Amino acid sequence: MDYATLLQILASTLRLATPLLLACLAGLYSERSGIFDIGLEGKMLMAAMASGAIAAMTGSAWIGLAAGIGASLLLAALHGVASITFRGNQLISGVALNFVASGATVLIAQALFQQGGRTPPLTGAARFEPLALPFVDTLKGVPLFGPFYAQVLSGHSILVYLALAAVPASWWLLYRTRFGLRLRAVGENPESVDTAGVSVIRLRYTAVALTGVLCGVAGAYMATALQAGFGREMTAGRGYIALAALIFAKWRPWSALWATLLFGFLQALALRPDVIEGTLHMKIPVSFLDALPYILTVIVLAGFVGRAIPPRAGGEPYVKER
Amino acid sequence: MTKLPTWADLVLVPLISLVLAAAISALVILGIGGDPVEAVKVMVDGALGSPYGWGYTLYYTTSFIFTGLGVTVAYHAGQFNIGGEGQAQLGGLGVALVCLALPWPHWTLALPAAMVGAALFGAAWAAVPAWLQAKRGSHIVITTIMFNYIAAALIVYLLVEVLRPAGQMDPATPRFPKGAALPGFHEIPGLSAIFTSKVPANVTFFVALLACVGVWLLLWRTRLGYEIRAFGKSNSAARYAGISPVKVILLSMLISGGLSGLMAINNVMGEAGRLLQNSAEGAGFIGIAVALMGRNHPLGVFLAAFLFGFLYQGGAEMGLWTSIPIELRLLVQGLVILFTGALDTMVRMMIAPFFRPRRKEAA
Repeated sequence: MDYATLLQILASTLRLATPLLLACLAGLYSERSGIFDIGLEGKMLMAAMASGAIAAMTGSAWIGLAAGIGASLLLAALHGVASITFRGNQLISGVALNFVASGATVLIAQALFQQGGRTPPLTGAARFEPLALPFVDTLKGVPLFGPFYAQVLSGHSILVYLALAAVPASWWLLYRTRFGLRLRAVGENPESVDTAGVSVIRLRYTAVALTGVLCGVAGAYMATALQAGFGREMTAGRGYIALAALIFAKWRPWSALWATLLFGFLQALALRPDVIEGTLHMKIPVSFLDALPYILTVIVLAGFVGRAIPPRAGGEPYVKER
Repeated sequence: MTKLPTWADLVLVPLISLVLAAAISALVILGIGGDPVEAVKVMVDGALGSPYGWGYTLYYTTSFIFTGLGVTVAYHAGQFNIGGEGQAQLGGLGVALVCLALPWPHWTLALPAAMVGAALFGAAWAAVPAWLQAKRGSHIVITTIMFNYIAAALIVYLLVEVLRPAGQMDPATPRFPKGAALPGFHEIPGLSAIFTSKVPANVTFFVALLACVGVWLLLWRTRLGYEIRAFGKSNSAARYAGISPVKVILLSMLISGGLSGLMAINNVMGEAGRLLQNSAEGAGFIGIAVALMGRNHPLGVFLAAFLFGFLYQGGAEMGLWTSIPIELRLLVQGLVILFTGALDTMVRMMIAPFFRPRRKEAA
């Protein structure tokens, strides 16, 4: 494999890792607050449809993004009501909302556009265009780093950089603010937070809302940046890969970045079987690359490579003592 | 909160959940410019209006009974098995390997062998998540989801690279021998008087009914069933009573996976006659809705499976004859799971005022 091919694969790694990263950070907030969320997939799908539809109608990717976040927040609110207010089973609620999203997205897209459940192809300002980072031309002459900067780091849509910026922001929010301390505490030991006079319910709703916002961005990225429009089931299990990455990262923001980059790299490789064959001099089935994130996650879950311990109060509704 | 009488808990809560799901679906149909009354008419007519419709409805019912029972057995042990889809796909692989292994002379010989293959492969696919849960504490929900995806990838690989006969374009196994074909309702003496045209419902339906009885016997009439239910109700009490958690988790998940795998004799052996990609077609996931709706009781599972069989066949007809997309089925499925599984407390709160004990009035 030559340097140019490597750069191509790395660039597509970053593009493919972005929705995973956003969804993974989304899940991080919810699960750190003690609310399991299997519904990342459904929220992304709903956001992709809403952003694709609204961007097509208004011609603005930004309004599309807002619509995507709104749609994702709606599902997040339902999940919150079911699992926080009515203390329902969080796993079942997540599964249910994924099905609701699969059905509703096609129904709505078909009713709006009559194009077989797709939204019309987006062009111009209805899509997030690639941005050129500053100094691309100046650095072009630098060996190795110049092409890397120009082809891998530069030339993505603004949402990619937003996702990358969300990593340190999430770290800061979780580990350096009062809100973050309380959020982590509520996922480990809600009684202690309650004793301190802080509302468990409100903290958890806030976390679920943050999950909604980030899933909304992830879905909007799928429909208005990575691709040009919404297609049925376009998230294709990315919500579950993000869930896998979250476990792989042991519920930590920086590790989430590395985990999603790894899974993004695997997805990028799966698109280029010719490169794998050329490098390893043997044929690796594409199915194996597809399954690898899941296999890795099971290995991590099994505790063979450092144990993944979820937040202690995860999945259990909080009942206030009277 | 007021405790509801048992009959209200078992009958009223699922029924009200169903009504809520139907009402929301009707609003959605109105919202996208369809006519809910027309939609229901088309669904009833398409699913129950002719022997042909019944043939499809009962075919789907059969699949959903197996996956619903699978979820049920695990649920009683406190395990939420979302892996029915993958286990059903692997069950299909088991059926295909058995059917292709010998030139079967008659289906009565092929069926038991294929059932063993289906159950073994389904159980094997549930075994790893079960073992990881029992021994290493890895969350069964996450591992079974992962195994669904691994199953899909594995089946694609096997169909494309290994099992596909030379020269065939589509990724599928060769057709099974004639002797491995299960008789459909149109070929069974007596039933063939009603089902005059070819329908996919086949003898597997009766196997599914037997499975309902079998699961009931297992859960409520055997020592293992008692251990499973005791462990599901309270881990610590069961452990204190000398019940081995590892044994209960492993066995309940193996039985659960085996039941989901058995679904494959209906679709792979009974209908398609060869193993195709994505053979389970989501039936594994519908098992979750069926089990929740059926209150995790075999009789309830049978009724709920029939309801979803109706929904699937009716939904397909609706997609064909009206402008409402077939995906409405997914929406209804999701709503039923939501109301029966996650918002059941809300439903109980809604009906609780009607069951409040009347205060004795002072004379």
